[in-house]
Formats: sequence, structure tokens, C-alpha cells
Amino acid sequence: MTISTSTTHEASAAEGARPATLGEIPLPAPAWSRLTRKVFGHRGLTIGLCLVLVAVAVALLAPVLAPHDPYYQDIANRMVPPVWHESGSWSHVLGTDKLGRDYLSRLLYGTRISLVIGLVAALISGVIGTTLGVLAGYFGGRVDAVISYIVTTRLAMPVVLVALALASLTGGSLFTVIVLLGLLLWDRFAVVSRSVTQQLRDSEYIHAARTLGCSLPYILLREVLPNITGALIVVITLEMAHAILLEATLSFLGMGVQPPLPSWGLMVAEGKAYMFFQPWVIAIPGIALFLLVLAINLLGDGLRDLNAPGGRS
Amino acid sequence: MGTFIVRRILVALSVALTISIVSFMLLHLSGDLAASIAGPEATAEQVEQIRIDYGLDRPIVNQYLEWLGHALQFDFGRSYYYQSTVVDLIVDRMPITLTLGGLALALAVCIAIPLGVVAAIRRDTWVDRLALLFAVIGQAMPSFWFGLTLIVIFAVTLQWLPAAGSDGWQHFVLPAIALGYYATPAMMRLTRTGMLEVLESDYIRTARAKGLSARSVIFKHALRNAVIPVVALAAVELGFMLGGSVVIESVFSLNGLGQLAWDAISRNDYPVVQAVVLIIALFYIVLTLLADVANAALDPRIRTR
Amino acid sequence: MALLEARNLRVDLPVDAGTLHAVRGIDFHVERGEMLCLVGESGCGKSMTSLALMGLLPRRARLTADCLDFDGIDLTAISARQRGGLRGLRMAMIFQEPMTALNPSYTLGNQLCEAFLRHRLGSRQNARERAIHLLERVGISAAAERLDQYPHQLSGGLRQRVMIAMALMCKPDLIIADEPTTALDVTIQAQILRLLRELQQESGTAVIFITHDLGVVARIADRVAVMYAGEVIEAAVTPALYARPSHPYTRGLLSCIPAPGKTPPGSRLQAIPGVVPSLVGHVEGCAFRNRCPLAEARCETTPPFMALNEGHRARCHFADRPMASATPSQPETIS
Ligand SMILES: Nc1ncnc2c1ncn2[C@@H]1O[C@H](COP(=O)(O)OP(=O)(O)O)[C@@H](O)[C@H]1O
Ligand code: SF4
Ligand SMILES: [Mg+2]
Repeated sequence: MTISTSTTHEASAAEGARPATLGEIPLPAPAWSRLTRKVFGHRGLTIGLCLVLVAVAVALLAPVLAPHDPYYQDIANRMVPPVWHESGSWSHVLGTDKLGRDYLSRLLYGTRISLVIGLVAALISGVIGTTLGVLAGYFGGRVDAVISYIVTTRLAMPVVLVALALASLTGGSLFTVIVLLGLLLWDRFAVVSRSVTQQLRDSEYIHAARTLGCSLPYILLREVLPNITGALIVVITLEMAHAILLEATLSFLGMGVQPPLPSWGLMVAEGKAYMFFQPWVIAIPGIALFLLVLAINLLGDGLRDLNAPGGRS
Repeated sequence: MGTFIVRRILVALSVALTISIVSFMLLHLSGDLAASIAGPEATAEQVEQIRIDYGLDRPIVNQYLEWLGHALQFDFGRSYYYQSTVVDLIVDRMPITLTLGGLALALAVCIAIPLGVVAAIRRDTWVDRLALLFAVIGQAMPSFWFGLTLIVIFAVTLQWLPAAGSDGWQHFVLPAIALGYYATPAMMRLTRTGMLEVLESDYIRTARAKGLSARSVIFKHALRNAVIPVVALAAVELGFMLGGSVVIESVFSLNGLGQLAWDAISRNDYPVVQAVVLIIALFYIVLTLLADVANAALDPRIRTR
Repeated sequence: MALLEARNLRVDLPVDAGTLHAVRGIDFHVERGEMLCLVGESGCGKSMTSLALMGLLPRRARLTADCLDFDGIDLTAISARQRGGLRGLRMAMIFQEPMTALNPSYTLGNQLCEAFLRHRLGSRQNARERAIHLLERVGISAAAERLDQYPHQLSGGLRQRVMIAMALMCKPDLIIADEPTTALDVTIQAQILRLLRELQQESGTAVIFITHDLGVVARIADRVAVMYAGEVIEAAVTPALYARPSHPYTRGLLSCIPAPGKTPPGSRLQAIPGVVPSLVGHVEGCAFRNRCPLAEARCETTPPFMALNEGHRARCHFADRPMASATPSQPETIS
């Protein structure tokens, strides 16, 4: 048995490329100058990279950048509008929330939550998915059949529902959300690394390594893995974006990161009751979320184009 | 073709069975169900009483087999919260979710395919870039936030459409847009890449060499082949949308399956949670099965094998 | 008047490195009912020439010509619509790759009848009858049943026969066959070749037959035009070309053909050493001079398309020298 056609279609289409693109063996890394030219010649990639770097800087420097303590409740100044509003003030550039906490400070600290969740969840799922995919692709036959079956089953499980139920049972916290997402989002890693490994398996240098008597772990870790990283990096970015969106969704629905942590999804949920008269309370965290996910997706798309021979310019 | 379908159905059945096991185990092993049901204020004795009352003290395999035996006769037990059976609840809520999913899919297909075709035909022009921008935005926008934004704009500010409820078709417009936009980018990009690939192919050159008009080259010869994988993707996306409807239903207060699941989760109503997860997985399985069959039916290379 | 007349036909393609001059000012004509063979190594611009005639060049390509007349119609001046009216009806094309040239999603009948219906030559029934007649003519048995089959159900040779039948559907005045046998087995190649020649003679259709195999030419062509690096470097009626090849390149090619009876069995095919110059940017002087055994200082200037005899021309400064002295030195062998 192989993974059903729809499964692979889904995986590749969600990446927005024809199935072959990710499956193709990445080109050897171009010389540094050519690489930089290629990177900066690609508008989406440049924008994505810059935005991601900004987000990382904000996350690292949040204590320095934040004008206030993100948890300090200034009860006298609740629901202060942002500075561009006629009754806004520079003391709270983006206003305050219903508890009088400075919105800008919460937004800045929220970057940390999103980035940590995205990164760690993508790494956990990357380890799981890549292990499964490489084994399936390398051994083929029964191993492939079993692993493909597992992937098919995982794809049929409604992620949002399962994550919600499990988060509720385990009592949502930053840690459980990260682990949950990490355990749920490995399917695309498995599909991609499986197909790339399948192509590698019959290549000459793998044959050579086998005839030289290299051990199996050596072949998988030193010959296969380095050659699929190009494709995997693209998946990591896409899954990071996916995990960030899912965390926000879980938190929005009240089963993810718990108050008073400044998760952007939670900020939208907390602002929901006020959105009719103060729409900025949902607009601000929503736009932050949108920009971060957009940046990571642009980065991923761009990396894929660089990876794919003759990709879209 | 026949054996292909039979084999696919067998796989689908076993996937469904596996999912029922996995979701049952996940729910029962990842926390203390009895404690969750009893609530934080319950005493140890109360928890134990619930454990015995609900049969949670028995070996988990026995519990599962009993549950499965009933499930196979469409009996998913009684809700812990509502005074009715789980099946009644699901049957009651299903139409709303299916309407929402169907509308969202229709909307997504109606936008994604024409847009993908135009983007491919007018490759590297402003139309193509605009389509790409549309896709990139859709992929990055959190659907709950997009839904709220739609409410603020169209229900509150412009007052064109209702913000919540499910009484008439107007109530489904905004939710369907919010859910459909989520499914559009992937389909649009797949249509675009498929069209680009097909338009480069030799048989398109043959068709043009016959003097066919651009229209019949594109619609008869190219689209037919480019759209085959999109059909499969559409089925998969519908499966995803049914699973993701919990978010949109919560935003728009639609009383569908997703809302039922969310309520059940927050009330520790596990028979309902277990059943909804399984039902949505079943939908996904049936949809991918149909997609594979449709794929085979659309592609003569598979159909006539 | 010739059916097709091309003078100074050029095809330019923008590429990363500049402009690729795929066809660099070629002259040729096709008479009604004759078979012209366009011969040359792969990459010399044969396909670009045929696509230019059909109006099927890639969108980026630019076509210019002093004259490109098809039966009195100026092909460079007509609209895309008028082009569409000619294609399939008056000029048809057979492509190299029978495996991919047919749409996998439609039946053979559908694809065969398409051009006939598009050009409103009759009813569906008429189209079907003609399709069956032609399938039988090109040697396909059970033609009526075949109409309901899909391309993947046929072998490559059969598909190429279908392509031929498809080209004949509207009784065109000109068929362009771009290496129609290259992708096929040798035995099937010979059958298809014979079939094409027969059909051409019985229907009186003019054919431009494109090949990289000069061995094929002698058997079927009325006239030959030899191409090299985007130019026609020699053109003549077939017997004259074989009797008196006048361009060093043609002579080199002819000495590469294993001739039955002349070439000892088992001897290696001989090829002209050297590589074709890049077609990107301007090519000054004779394009063949880096491989030409006769090259002299004069060859730095562009040679004229010199008329030798009636209808025999060659693009070489020394084309009129007696053959003996102009025979290239023993070509190297390739292994
Ligand atoms: N789509 C294209 N883009 C750029 N260059 C092309 C393209 N197609 C063909 N060429 C180039 O044009 C030249 C002529 O090609 P072609 O006419 O296909 O040669 P032939 O048919 O004689 O083998 C070659 O140098 C080839 O590399
Ligand atoms: S012009 Fe000179 S280089 Fe060119 S073919 Fe004739 S002899 Fe050779
Ligand atoms: Mg060619």
C-alpha cells in the first residue's frame, strides 16, 4: 500500500507547489555571492526574511522594548485607545486592555510565545516526521506500507478537535500546547522526507556507501539526512506557521495558552467582547499574528523557490 | 478499477477503526476522565463514585470493545450533559455543519479555479501577482480573526448581514466566506501550477496545431487535465473544513457539530467528543475515498486499466 | 508559384545570456505536392523553423522575414484568428513525440475529428467516417473500435500513425513532419517513412519532412535543404545533393552515413569533429569554420548562398571548387 493519492496531493498542494518540486533533490548550495544575489533578488523571500528577523529581534529584546510591564494592571486606565485615536496618548502607544495592561507591551511579549511555540513544535514534529519518512522511504516495502498507513490515519484525524480535546484534558499550558502540536503536526515532514529519500535511495553514492559496508545509521544520518535538509527546511517554516496559527486558535477558543500570558490568540479572545466599539483590540493582535505567519510563509515559499531548479522567479 | 476501489474501501475502513482506537485511547489515557467529569471541587470519594458509575474503572480494552460494539450499531451512548443520546445530538447538529462546509467549498472552488486558470494564462502579469497575493494573504490569516473582522465590517459597521445564528441563508454567508477563504489558496495554487504544466505539454501544441481557438485549447484540452488533482484536493479540503468548523461555528455562534464538540470539550462530555471526532474523521475518510474514485474516473489512464 | 516561400526567415529568442538566434535568415521554398527534407544536427533550428511556419513559436520568440508566403498569404501579416483558420485546415503538423502529443483525457475519435469539425468541413458523422477511412489507410486495424480508445492504449508506432491520420483529416496543402520517426523503433521507422511517402504521393500534399538523419532523406525526398547552426547551408534536388555535395558540412555528413555495400559491416560511424558554435549573440563569418577542414582566412567573412546549378545552392566560399580537392580529410572516428 502507498499513501493515497489524495494524501500526497494534500501535502504538496498545501505547500502550494507541484508535487515534484519538493521531491526534487536540492541543488548543491550556490556560491555565497550568488546565493545572496538570489536571496535578495527574490522579493517575497527578502520581505519574509526581514520580517522574521524583526520578529526574532522583538522577541529577544522584549524586556528592553516594552514600555510597561505586560502584566501590570492599571485599573484607572482601562481600554485606553491607541495613540492615533483622538483620545489616545503616548503613554500607551497601542492603548490598554480591559484590565488596564499596556497593549504594546503585551504584543511585544506575545512575539516570544508565538515564536517559541512555532519553533519547538516544528522541531518536535520534524524529528518524528522525518524519522518516519526517512525509514519509509529508505526501506520501502512493509516498513513503507506501515508508515504510510500511520500517516494516512494521522491525516484523517481532525487536528483542531483532537488538539482542543487533549489540551482541555491536560489543562492547557504553554508546555502542553507545544508538546501537543509537536505530536500532531508531523505528517508533512513524513510525506516530504519519504518522497525525497525514495529518490535518494537508488542514487549512486548511497549504493557506494552500502557497498563500502557503511552501517545503516551512518548511511541514514550522514548520507541521507544532509541531502534532504533543503526540503526539510522548507517544511519547517511552513509547519512553524501552521503551529503558530493553531496555538492562536486553541488559545482563542480558551483551551490553549492560559491567561495572563500575552498570547496573541488569547488577546483576540479577550478583546472579542469589545470589538464592536473598540475594533482595535482585535485588530492589533490579529495583524501581528497575520504578519508573523505571512513572513514565515514568504520565507518558506522563497526557500522552496531557491531549492527548486528553475522555480518561479 | 473494481479491485482498486475495493482495496481503497478496505483501507478506509481500517483507517476508521484505527482512528476510533487512537481517539479512544488518547481521551482515556491523557488525563483522569473521572476527575475531569467530577470537576475541581469534587472529593476523592465522589471521583471514585463517578469512575464506577461511568464504568471507567474497568480495563480500558474492555471499555473500548464495549464502546465499539455499540458504535457499530450507531449507538454512541448518552451525553453526560444533555438529556439525549449522542446520535440524536449529532443528527441534530450535522445539517448546519454540512451546509457551512458545502457552501464554503463551493465558494472556494468558484474562486480558486478561475483565479488559478487566469493566473496561469496571464503568468507573470499583474493578474498573476494579485492572485498570488490573494493566496498568500489567505494562507496567513487566522480564520477566527478573519471571521471576527468580517463581523465587524459587514455585520456591525455596514449591517448588511447578521453576525450570529443559523436561521436563514444570510447567516451562512459570512461563515462560508471565512471558512472558504481558508481553503482557497491551496486550490488556487494547485490549479495554477497544474495549468502551467499542462499548457507546456505537447498535446496542447497539437491542439493548437489543429487551429483550435484559444478557448477550446484552454478549457477543453488544458483545464480538463489540470483540474484532476484539484478535485482530489477539494475533497480533502472539505474534510479539513469540517474539522476546522469548530472555530468558525464558535465565532459565528452557529449551532453545528463544531460548536457541539467545543461545548462537549469544555463540559467534559466525553461520549460526545469521542463521537464527533470519529464522525469528522469518517467524513474525511469517505471524502478522500471519493476523491480517489473521482480521480480514477476522470483519468482514463486509470479508469481503463 | 511555390506553395510556400520563405526569404530571410529569422527566429530570435531572448535568453538569460542575451538573444539566441535560433534561425538566422534562411531561404527556402516548397512546391505543391513535393517533399522537402530539412536536415541537420539536433539544435540547428529545424523545429523552430517548423513552428515559425505554423505560427506556434513560444510566446517569447520573435519572428521576422523578408517574405513568408503560403499560397499567396503573407503569414507575417495575418491575425491570430486567420492563422487559426489555416492551421489544421491547410497546413498540419506531425510532432516528434507520439507518446505525449495526444491528450490523455480524450478518445482518439474525439481528437481525430476535432480539426474537421473546427473547420466546419462536415457533420460529426462525416468526421467519423473520414477518421475511420484514414485510420484504415494508415494501417490501423479495427479502426471503428479504435476511435473509442484512449491514447495510452496504443503503442508509440500506432500513435504516430494516428497523428498522421489526424494531420490528413482536412486534406491540407502542406504537412510539416518534425522528426516523426525519431522516437520510434528502427523497423517501425521504416514503415512510417514508407507510409508517409505513399500518402504524400497519393494525396498530392506537400510535405516538409524534418530529420537529423541524412540516410532517410535519399529514400523519400524530392529536394533537400541542409541546415547548420540556424542557417540553410545547402539546398538541392535530392539526386544532385548526393551526386555533388558542395558544402564541406554536407560532405562530412554524407561520409557519416553507413552505406549498404559500401561501408564494411562493423565499421564505426564517422562524425565531424568539433562542436556547433553558440547561437547566442551575433555569429560573424562562416558558422562552420571551427570544424571545417577547408577553412581559410576568407571564411572570417560571411559566405554567400552561392548558386551552383539549377536549384543547387551552397553557403560556402569554395562551394564551386571541384569536389576532389574539397573532400575533407579523413574525419576522426567517435567511439
Ligand atoms: N524554448 C526555447 N527557449 C530557448 N531556446 C530554445 C528553445 N527551444 C529551442 N531553443 C534553442 O533554439 C535552437 C534551435 O532549436 P530547435 O529548433 O529545437 O532545434 P532542432 O529541432 O533542430 O533540434 C537550439 O539552440 C535550442 O537550444
Ligand atoms: S566558408 Fe570556409 S569555413 Fe565555411 S564551409 Fe566554406 S570553406 Fe568551410
Ligand atoms: Mg527538433
